[in-house]
Amino acid sequence: MKTLYDKLWEEHHVTQLDSGESLLYIDRHYLHEVTSPQAFEGLIKKNLKPWRLNANIATPDHNVPTIRGNNFNSESITDEISKIQVVELDKNCNKFGIKQFDIESNKQGIVHVIGPELGFTIPGMTIVCGDSHTSTHGALGCLAMGIGTSEVEHVLATQCLKVSKLKNMNVRFEGEVNENVSSKDIVLYLIRQIGTAGGTGCAIEFSGSYISSISVEGRMTICNMAIEAGAKVGLIAPDNKTIDYVKSKSFLDEDTFAQAKEYWKTLKSDDDAKFDKEIIIDVSKIKPQVTWGTSPEMVMNYDESIPTVFDTKEENKKNVELARDYMGIENETKLSDLTFDKVFIGSCTNSRIEDLRMAAEIVKGKTIAANISEAIVVPGSGLVKEQAENEGLDKIFTDAGFIWRDPGCSMCLGMNPDQLKPYERCASTSNRNFEGRQGYLGRTHLMSPIMAAYTAINGTIGDPYEI
Amino acid sequence: MKSNSEGLIIDGVVAYIDRDNIDTDQIIPTEYLKSIKKFGFEDYLFDGWRYKDDGKLGITKDERVIDENFILNKNPFNESKILLTRDNFGCGSSREHAVWALRDFGIKAVIASSFGDIFYNNSFKNGVLPIKLEKKEIDFLFGQTQQKVLELSINLQKKEIIYGEKTISFHVQKHLIDRIIYGLDDVDITLKEKDKIFDFEKTRIKERPWIFK
Ligand code: SF4
Repeated sequence: MKTLYDKLWEEHHVTQLDSGESLLYIDRHYLHEVTSPQAFEGLIKKNLKPWRLNANIATPDHNVPTIRGNNFNSESITDEISKIQVVELDKNCNKFGIKQFDIESNKQGIVHVIGPELGFTIPGMTIVCGDSHTSTHGALGCLAMGIGTSEVEHVLATQCLKVSKLKNMNVRFEGEVNENVSSKDIVLYLIRQIGTAGGTGCAIEFSGSYISSISVEGRMTICNMAIEAGAKVGLIAPDNKTIDYVKSKSFLDEDTFAQAKEYWKTLKSDDDAKFDKEIIIDVSKIKPQVTWGTSPEMVMNYDESIPTVFDTKEENKKNVELARDYMGIENETKLSDLTFDKVFIGSCTNSRIEDLRMAAEIVKGKTIAANISEAIVVPGSGLVKEQAENEGLDKIFTDAGFIWRDPGCSMCLGMNPDQLKPYERCASTSNRNFEGRQGYLGRTHLMSPIMAAYTAINGTIGDPYEI
Repeated sequence: MKSNSEGLIIDGVVAYIDRDNIDTDQIIPTEYLKSIKKFGFEDYLFDGWRYKDDGKLGITKDERVIDENFILNKNPFNESKILLTRDNFGCGSSREHAVWALRDFGIKAVIASSFGDIFYNNSFKNGVLPIKLEKKEIDFLFGQTQQKVLELSINLQKKEIIYGEKTISFHVQKHLIDRIIYGLDDVDITLKEKDKIFDFEKTRIKERPWIFK
């Protein structure tokens, strides 16, 4: 009768308040430098301390430069304002005794990459972070969601979040995908179907034979972009793959792990669970997806023509016109007619080892096209970087003309030195193609690591099957 | 906010942006998230649309190249307390800075057909009222903006928008609007339940010890 979301909700339900809202107990709280300073300030003003210290894990990611080399520390950041934020996180973590993987740590990285890989995200947890892509952690069977800074303060102070229950939505992906189609294409396709507000007010559970068939990392890519479909929460029931993944990262002793495992097996929607909305998608027909506009729902097959106002419904004409204008798209054009300037492989959507392997496979033995002025690969964490280097992936990329960087959010958003210049067109594995997201007046096309790698080599979008 | 005998009122000229999916990166670009303060974001609201040049944190409005065509740069909309827009306003990033920028600019209510979930939540915590209306009401209001400078009066207690003879009711959960009316602080409210949280935690440590390692 109950969905996975219902079960996780009940498991963490502390009490209902007079207002009708509920207090949910929070198991894990991730912090980064951008959305935490004002929360710590609030805590200090109220003369409070974090409720449960070991619930909190911090790392700087948004502001950090990705060319650091050795002996780099917070003080080495040249952008004075970025430095203040990173130093502030150091100060706050030191002051309160919060565990931080700081900029000097070999385990530092994008908060949503390091959480699962260091064993801090385990099934059945409630997880929050002042970052909308916290939905990523749902891939391990967690109730995970992004929160605002006031809520960061609230969770620090009370270990609880004040929330109302979401609706249940089930998205079932069935079938087998074509070669060169990855989980990124699948989630972009979903957003194309339901729109960026399609999941608003819902927790989306992803299920179906396709989900069972893919790795935990592929699942993270899907849950990561649940927020781009409007849903605060994306989640996937843990299975043996999840448990093996967690086991390989876990710092729990054998007995505790075994005990936890029994509980994790119960974490799935009942067969007769009722969902408010259900969608079934046949993945076998999905082609690689690429965005053409300024919202993730402006996405299509890599070989389609970009919409014009003439073939758009009246109510959407204005949006299409504005997006075409911003993206510098003239006349009737196909995606494959566009010339690219930059390529970015990274972000919390696609910077895990599997993503880098997929991209390296395409790039191997080739050279980036002459029109690509810069192609960068930014591993999601210090550990991903190390692993990739052990496998020789860095060499494959650099031999092809890519630049191999240190971990961070990098060109996913314009807060650190990795930014697009005005009008530059970028093939990006990140999650948001909003105006100016990758830099002032920059033009972002979202796609999978496979297609981004292909675009780097080819100079334009094309048929990844021919590689 | 004014109050009259019947409740709190937000009123005045309505600024409008006829666009769907205005994400929080548009409301305030990432550059300004480098601030560690909670106030002072008014000059950066809709930065990419309000100015013709690229801004930096700390550079004020007077030093920028203003886009005179953008609505918030035009009189009388530069004084608006109400913003009218379309679908899915505030989608994207969780940044509370988006609400702080609206608040600091003086916006007290945003009317749209839907909102991003996190933005919606963040708004009430900072005294900005997000109002969801049916698409046909939104169309109607946009229609009015094309004919004249639209002025509305919003009664918070009654949950009504008053426009001339016309009254449009809106729905918002009571506890949320109370937060705006009474300026309640969530941490204070929750800490009243301290004992329940302690008890819950104690049981949880016993039943799910792996969480606390
Ligand atoms: S990689 Fe991009 S989306 Fe992910 S946390 Fe960093 S800035 Fe946000």
